[in-house]
Amino acid sequence: MELILALILLLVVAAFVMAPLRHRPEPADPGQARDSALAELEAQKEAKYREIRDTELDRATGKLSDDEFGRQDAELRNDALEILDQIDRTRKRDDAGEPH
Amino acid sequence: MTLLGTACLLTALLAAIYAVGASLYGARSGDRRWIDSGRRAVFAMAATLTLAVVIIEIAFVSDDFGFELVQAHSSTTTPTFYKLTAMWSSQAGSLLLWAWVLSLASSAAIYLTQNRHKEIVPYATAVLMGLGAFFTGLMIFAASPFHALSPAPAEGLGLTPLLRHPSMMVHPPMLYSGYVMWSIPFAFAIGALITRRVDASWIRSTRRFALIAWTFLGIGLLLGSRWSYTELGWGGYWAWDPVENAALMPFLAGTAFLHSVMVQEKRGMLKVWNVSLIVGTFSLCLLGTFLVRSGVLQSIHAFGASTVGAPLLVLIGVVLLGSTLLIVSRLDDLRSERRIESMISREAIFLINNLLLVGMVAVIFWGTFFPLISEAFTGTRSSLASPWFDRYVTPIAIVLVLFTGIGPLVAWGRFGAAAARRVLIWPTAAAAIAFAALLVLSDAGSHPWALAMFSLAAFALTALAQEFWRAGSARRTLTGEPTPVALAKGIARNRRRYGGYLVHAGIAVLLIGIAASSSFQTNRDLRLDVGQSADVGNYNVTYDRPTVNVANERIAFGAVLNVTHDGKPYAVVSPSRNYYPSQDPTLGPIGRFFNGDATSEVGLKSGGGQDFWTAFQPDLKGLEGPIKRANKKFADSGPDVQGLLIAAIAQSYLNNPPPATFRVIVDPLISWLYIGGLIAVGGALIGLWPSAAARRRVTAASAARIARGLSRA
Repeated sequence: MELILALILLLVVAAFVMAPLRHRPEPADPGQARDSALAELEAQKEAKYREIRDTELDRATGKLSDDEFGRQDAELRNDALEILDQIDRTRKRDDAGEPH
Repeated sequence: MTLLGTACLLTALLAAIYAVGASLYGARSGDRRWIDSGRRAVFAMAATLTLAVVIIEIAFVSDDFGFELVQAHSSTTTPTFYKLTAMWSSQAGSLLLWAWVLSLASSAAIYLTQNRHKEIVPYATAVLMGLGAFFTGLMIFAASPFHALSPAPAEGLGLTPLLRHPSMMVHPPMLYSGYVMWSIPFAFAIGALITRRVDASWIRSTRRFALIAWTFLGIGLLLGSRWSYTELGWGGYWAWDPVENAALMPFLAGTAFLHSVMVQEKRGMLKVWNVSLIVGTFSLCLLGTFLVRSGVLQSIHAFGASTVGAPLLVLIGVVLLGSTLLIVSRLDDLRSERRIESMISREAIFLINNLLLVGMVAVIFWGTFFPLISEAFTGTRSSLASPWFDRYVTPIAIVLVLFTGIGPLVAWGRFGAAAARRVLIWPTAAAAIAFAALLVLSDAGSHPWALAMFSLAAFALTALAQEFWRAGSARRTLTGEPTPVALAKGIARNRRRYGGYLVHAGIAVLLIGIAASSSFQTNRDLRLDVGQSADVGNYNVTYDRPTVNVANERIAFGAVLNVTHDGKPYAVVSPSRNYYPSQDPTLGPIGRFFNGDATSEVGLKSGGGQDFWTAFQPDLKGLEGPIKRANKKFADSGPDVQGLLIAAIAQSYLNNPPPATFRVIVDPLISWLYIGGLIAVGGALIGLWPSAAARRRVTAASAARIARGLSRA
């Protein structure tokens, strides 16, 4: 009985694991690639926004002078704009049907 | 069911090996089908190991002594809670726990990153499943939890008495979860190095796993120390035992990692340091696993010598050598994007804090392995005791507590003199007041390390309180909200920052507890007759009466002590010594119940100011005669008669109780060690809780996928 259960377990696992290989290889899904790139860029954007908020908080709590805040804030906002541009470019490229 | 259990292990091993191959092939060929198949193999491994754990648990609960593991670590009289947790009290069971937690953590990591890091994840999967295959293979080839006994014995040996403590049942899963969770950032770091994607994205994706690992390890260490304090009967919570040290080292290295990754995230620096640190942290986790199992160093916590030590050592070697070669081959990609602009900046403070933490790890490593080092060079094995560790670790800990306060005060980039004055004035004043007050009002002056620790902890706690106050005030100015609301909302918007600050506060409080309890402890060993009293500091202890409690699994000899403080009634404490039956037949059918393993149940009165701790050692010489006679006369009697005799002999202890030995310890502020630990865990949980933005991001990603699916339909 146990041997039969063990064999069933092995077969079920094999079927589950091998399931993706039963399909024919698909060409790379542009939607998936775009999602992946966008998800990464969105994470970068969130991280940059968090840095901007952190810097604002550092100024509000007296840790940064106005000059130093201005320098850091401008640098971070430039970085954020660059990421936003990349997000736009990724979205437009996909809308135009360009290869990734 | 042992066959089905073994089948589960074999299936898990095959799934892990397959996941390694499929993930690597998929990554190299670009064929997503293989990568997806590899991912499924990870989930399959988790499912089969879960089934294996369920089979073991059913065997424990149903007293199936056909399992060698169950027979050796449980019995029909073992309480159900201990049956459920007895699995990890053995070598084989703890390996199963390791592999199981690894499979669950790997599944979670791979599921949560399914739409990100397409290049890194297959390699991370291969690393994780390589580890999974290793530990599953160890079970199959060296220490299987599914060894069968035939015929099955009618009774088991029972759980080791020392492990019959609630915290000891939770402590191993916490510690192993900590060890295992560090494998996630390690695997992603290796994936990032292989694919040369060494920016901060792998850090962001694995930060929570690193923090969970840190939290679990921290809880594990706290529970372990509590067990030592309340169960081992020597009165301490930390003995610098090799296995304790082995858990502390990855905790400290991981603390350094959690700080230094922030420097990479914010400033693009310390990339080589970060990957080296995570490799070091994970290697230390493996080293901890090795020390418990190899028998190379003596420890009360170790399983003793076994065959799994050598393979573990090989694994540590492979991890260290492979990772080092990989890091060296990627040095060009790991160049920092910036340089430290000022030595008074948060990145510089984090760097110093990292050096201190790694320095502390190096000291502990040297002290822990000194027996092996000394043996290699002199042929004689010499150990380093607690005073050696205290001499070197204490100064580093004191400087670290200063940095728990300074770090949060200093900004990234450049930190001006005016800002420094603004933020440092109150913490410095608090430290100075604490220093002066302690010097004048207490005898802290005779304990300079403790005095320094208290003063710097005052600095750190004031600095952190000031940070919370300023955050609330800044938000109140902007929004007009009442301060408590502004503070709560400010914390909620910056969970990572303020959760971290709470962790710092917890660590400062914890260190106060350690400094006070170790520097100002009063202890005495007493030998008292019933009715006799003795003074311990400002306390007076009277041995009121002895007690005996005969239960299914043990005989407990105890004492009731009346304690007064400055002449006023303070507490009644009841320490006891529990004797568990031995399986040694030479001790006789009755004698084996009085001469087996013994554990201490301490009498403890805890308070915010100090703990009154007592342990008891009865003198059982008077029972030896009756036990000998009973062994001879009633050797062939049934269990009922023998049970009555055992109870009668035990109760006879009360008729003419001999003097008993007591250890009495007054530990000031020791509760604050655990209160500080709880504050730190609370802070870590706040830092772990996802922000509203993160929750929105998940929702938006799901919505996008749904929209795309609808447009195709």
